[in-house]
Amino acid sequence: MNDFFTVSIIIATLASGIRLAVPFLLAALGEAVGQRAGVLNLGVEGVMLIGAFAAYYTALETGSASFGLLMGLVVGAAMGLIYAFITVVMHAEQGISGIGIYLFGLGFTDLLFQKQVGTPRPISGLQTKPFDWLANDTGRAGELLFSHTVLTYVAFLLVPVVYWLITRTTFGLNVRAVGENPQAADTLGVSVNGIRTAAIIIGNTMAGLAGAALALEIGIFQQNLTAGRGFIAIALVYFGAWRPVGVMTGSLLFGIVSATVLQLQVQDVISGSVSSIANMAPAVLTVIVLVVVSRRIGQPAALTRPFTRDG
Amino acid sequence: MLKMTDNQQRSSVGSDTGRLLRPFAGLVVPAAAVIAALAVGAILLGVFGANPLTGYRALFTGAFGGPDELAATALKSIPLMLVGVGICIAFRTGVINIGGEGQIIMGAILATLVALAIPDVPRPILVPLVMIAGGVGGGIWGAIPGALKAYSGVNEILSTIMMNIIAGFFMSFLLEDWLIEPGAIRIQQTKRLSYNADLPILPGGTRLHLGIVVALIVAILGYLLLFRSGLGLRLRAVGHNPHASRSAGMKVELSITQALAFSGACAGIAGAVLVFGSESHRLIGEGGPLAFTQSAGFNGIVTALFGGLHPLFTVLSSYLFGGMLAGGISLQRVVQVPQALVIALNGVVVVFVVGSLKLRARVQRWAEGDIQMEDRA
Repeated sequence: MNDFFTVSIIIATLASGIRLAVPFLLAALGEAVGQRAGVLNLGVEGVMLIGAFAAYYTALETGSASFGLLMGLVVGAAMGLIYAFITVVMHAEQGISGIGIYLFGLGFTDLLFQKQVGTPRPISGLQTKPFDWLANDTGRAGELLFSHTVLTYVAFLLVPVVYWLITRTTFGLNVRAVGENPQAADTLGVSVNGIRTAAIIIGNTMAGLAGAALALEIGIFQQNLTAGRGFIAIALVYFGAWRPVGVMTGSLLFGIVSATVLQLQVQDVISGSVSSIANMAPAVLTVIVLVVVSRRIGQPAALTRPFTRDG
Repeated sequence: MLKMTDNQQRSSVGSDTGRLLRPFAGLVVPAAAVIAALAVGAILLGVFGANPLTGYRALFTGAFGGPDELAATALKSIPLMLVGVGICIAFRTGVINIGGEGQIIMGAILATLVALAIPDVPRPILVPLVMIAGGVGGGIWGAIPGALKAYSGVNEILSTIMMNIIAGFFMSFLLEDWLIEPGAIRIQQTKRLSYNADLPILPGGTRLHLGIVVALIVAILGYLLLFRSGLGLRLRAVGHNPHASRSAGMKVELSITQALAFSGACAGIAGAVLVFGSESHRLIGEGGPLAFTQSAGFNGIVTALFGGLHPLFTVLSSYLFGGMLAGGISLQRVVQVPQALVIALNGVVVVFVVGSLKLRARVQRWAEGDIQMEDRA
């Protein structure tokens, strides 16, 4: 029991929590951008699965994890184009078409995996740890901060980047305008559909990247690899009240709780059944936070509403 | 979705061709969308080296080719019908219920607990009891996000997703330890539940069991509730315009909670059917929640939308989708393309059909001689 409470294990757990937070963070940041523009994408889970398979299969065939990552980005962007066409051009009901995208991703990646790969074959994940040399010199804090792969730093760097994008750029101003009052934005000459399409592509690209990050972290692909992470990412957007820092807090919460539960289980501190209860904690906490927060912060006013000039 | 019904109800006098076409105008575009989706499936089959015609023939005969196939299709369609009817109730009230998965699981758990607690009650009493328990379990799991939305303004999409996650872990919590079958092999499943709770097989020599009757009864009750009762009128009024309903003195909060509770109850009954109508007659958590629910919580949304959010048409669309699921097995056998193709195809069908609704409204308006209005826009 006491073994768990050594500093080195706590540091290792926190470090792995930060790693586990990465797919949540990437997907949720992307979803936040889309929602700020007024588009709900319930298909994040499906796009993540497609990104994960693309990354896995590419890495398996070429032996290059970076190339796999790139493919995850590309298919994510492609799914963004498709989703933009469905929702922005064809005005499809966003919640339902998202479920369609999810089912497609779930079935399609399973199909491709069974046909093209068959038996699970492991790949080597991302090895590049840019700050590894710092970790040895700076002790335990160093291990916590500097032991990660480049993707982890990119994901967390995207928090200020997305914040800056949404709050400090003309594009971000337009994103918020079409998310809150598309009619007014249209009157001012902003291309509502253009901005929304761009926001959707950004969001889906990040979802694809999130899937790729997950596949490369785990090093394997299987049916339903994401296991609900995409849906949690959507919830984290609400949890974080559409703000990048809030989204990051939620992602870290889910990541660190999972890592802690995993560590406690490995150490034999808790049994399987207790760990199931512990794994529920972030979901329960999310609901509680929502009850407290939802009265204060509203969602983008035009969320899920397709834009027509008739209003 | 509600706009769709507005169009159907509108009684403008159109051109002669329009009047002739009107009954079919609403069907042309969705039918074309389904055909387009099947074409995508044909391309996929071709890419994987299978003859699309052979594949589709295998799919069709596997779904509707004979009594056994028709029964297998019916079995696959039961959870879709039940969840779908619940979705009709929720969506008509203007509440989006993505929590079917969790509601199925909680219904299954409560029904399992009842069967474990009173295994010796005679079958004519125990079978209805476990079905009701399923409804109560799912109903509670639906009422929670319903009340949270109504009284605290918590977005129901989000809370139902969270309730799914909580239910999944709760099932695995119970099956890790408390409810696990005693013995050396630690698989996340209960022991074989009481024989008295088995859903009886219907006469006819197929594997079809009483679950289909349960689903049909629930669908009829759902129809009566929505369209033939004061309660249903209030629910639909809230779905149509919550502000006007509130001004008219309706308790909007109560209606929202009721809608999600009913919706969850339908899904919960599906959970009970999945346990007591299965071949193993156990609650099985091995392989994750999705393996148990067979994604019915999501697929039921699809069939409800196809059924125009009408419980009785949802029965029909669920049967057709059940055919896709049942036919997928023979597709895999005949052309060696994994049945995962069917799930992917379901997704494509959804996207195409939902994506074509604007087009459908346009065609309908054209058929009603109303197209000039559309042109202005």
